[in-house]
Amino acid sequence: MIEAEGLTKFYGPIGALRNVSFQIEKGEVVGFLGPNGAGKSTTLRILTCYMPPSSGMARVEGLDVIENSLQIRQKIGYLPESVPLYNDLTVRRFLRFAAGSKGVEAKRINAELSRVTSECGLEKNAHRIIRNLSKGFRQRVGLAQALLNDPSVLILDEPTIGLDPAHIIEIRRLIQDLREDRTILLSSHILPEVAQLCQRVIIINKGEIVATDSPANLTSQLQKTIKIVLELSGPVQEFAQAIENMTGVQKVSLVSNGTSKFVIETDPSSDIRPEIAAMAVQKGCGLLELKKMQLSLEDIFMQLVTEEPAEEGAES
Amino acid sequence: MKGFWPVFRKELYAVFMSPIFYVVGFIFLLVSGVFFNFILSQVILVSYQVAQHPEFGREISMIELFLRSFLWNISIVTLFIAPLLTMRLYAEERKTGTIELLFTWPVTDAAALIAKFAACLTTFAVLIAATLPGVIAVALVATPAWKLIFCGYAGLFMMGCAFLSVGTFASTLTRNQIISAIITFGVLLVLWFIGEAKSWAGPALGSVLEYVSISKHFEGLSKGLIDSRDILFFFVFSVFFLFLTLRQMSSFRWRG
Repeated sequence: MIEAEGLTKFYGPIGALRNVSFQIEKGEVVGFLGPNGAGKSTTLRILTCYMPPSSGMARVEGLDVIENSLQIRQKIGYLPESVPLYNDLTVRRFLRFAAGSKGVEAKRINAELSRVTSECGLEKNAHRIIRNLSKGFRQRVGLAQALLNDPSVLILDEPTIGLDPAHIIEIRRLIQDLREDRTILLSSHILPEVAQLCQRVIIINKGEIVATDSPANLTSQLQKTIKIVLELSGPVQEFAQAIENMTGVQKVSLVSNGTSKFVIETDPSSDIRPEIAAMAVQKGCGLLELKKMQLSLEDIFMQLVTEEPAEEGAES
Repeated sequence: MKGFWPVFRKELYAVFMSPIFYVVGFIFLLVSGVFFNFILSQVILVSYQVAQHPEFGREISMIELFLRSFLWNISIVTLFIAPLLTMRLYAEERKTGTIELLFTWPVTDAAALIAKFAACLTTFAVLIAATLPGVIAVALVATPAWKLIFCGYAGLFMMGCAFLSVGTFASTLTRNQIISAIITFGVLLVLWFIGEAKSWAGPALGSVLEYVSISKHFEGLSKGLIDSRDILFFFVFSVFFLFLTLRQMSSFRWRG
């Protein structure tokens, strides 16, 4: 369980966080989403007791980050953004050092090491020196380190950044496997990833929380119009005119000149696709495509993060 | 002291795996070996002269003469190598970002600091212990003066403590190891020679300068004279710089 209340952080005169409050229940997987420099890492660093907040209060598992820093650090696993590792050590030696530092009892260390190396797929690389590992394996070592001592809270700062697609998929699968009854907070600016992994999203921009909800709710709340993509052959202009006169239709626009593909925006209350289909048949047009466009998390994100109203989403 | 042992073990491992240690150790032993040879031949020369004119030398203890000159020279060499032993302690952790791991693991800042410092001190102890066989060989053929040797080396160790504490502090001032070493070297050099400024600084300031001078406090110890004031000086000196280092840790946390 993680609670934050009125977190504020200043780096000298520069405010990185302003009055950020949120709550994450036990067992939840929450995504922390925001553009670069929004304050994601700062928030995570406060929660992991790396730095104290300028003001406000944060609690992890009911413990205060300032008063009970050591106890919190005992309970969390943290993967910092840049994945810092002791490059001169071998994977196994590094993990042994990490396990000792994290307070794993001496007699449990070996068992703990085999557990995390197999969970993170590091068996074959256990005796390699970290300096010589690829980015993907470094990320796994970082994750393995976070998993030592079976933490009840996992805080991962951009766990998939800079990896190739195959590794991204593997790391995501790994995170999904880790859920069990852990509380996981991960930051990212890759939206599909958050949508896929997290039950809830906290969107942060310029040090302030702009939205917090499940990906599905965010989508439906912010969807002011339904967009329908229509492609046809035949007397296109005439057909477009006719659609514009239908009830509930707000706007009809060509995707690009020279094609016969339209985007139709309608009220969210009614679905006019059957009527369009019927009309196409009636007018003798060939119906090539007719589908409802889902507002993606990207669109929501852009709407929330950019100050001016979002541009008309003109993509196919 | 939660987390002392793992950090201590890792630091020692890092030292003994790094080429810096072997290069520094080689140079240290080479230079002290040269001094050893040189001082020994001088002492032999003096003892020949004393043998011919016993009236001059009744008061001179040859082993004391030898030990004092030898330890004095080693202490100068230590002035050069101490910055190299401490420069990486925190500078490297901050440069590579691993300090973020150390700070978010359940290890107290003080435990990590003391573990790092203790590892450095162990390294230093290994280096000076490597000069012992020669001294012991001399002691065996001369009048054995084990107490003298023990006290002299204990003094050297105390002084090393003070040197390394300055180095540890300097390694928190920058992310660059070379800058950290240069700062350490500069500070140590000033503190070593500052006592010499007594002659022109006036009596009041002069005595203060003499008191903070490392070399003045080592003078007695190098003769095998254990003076509680000198021991206390090195102890307080080391604790002071370690305390400053600990303040730096909190400052890192606040600044992020």
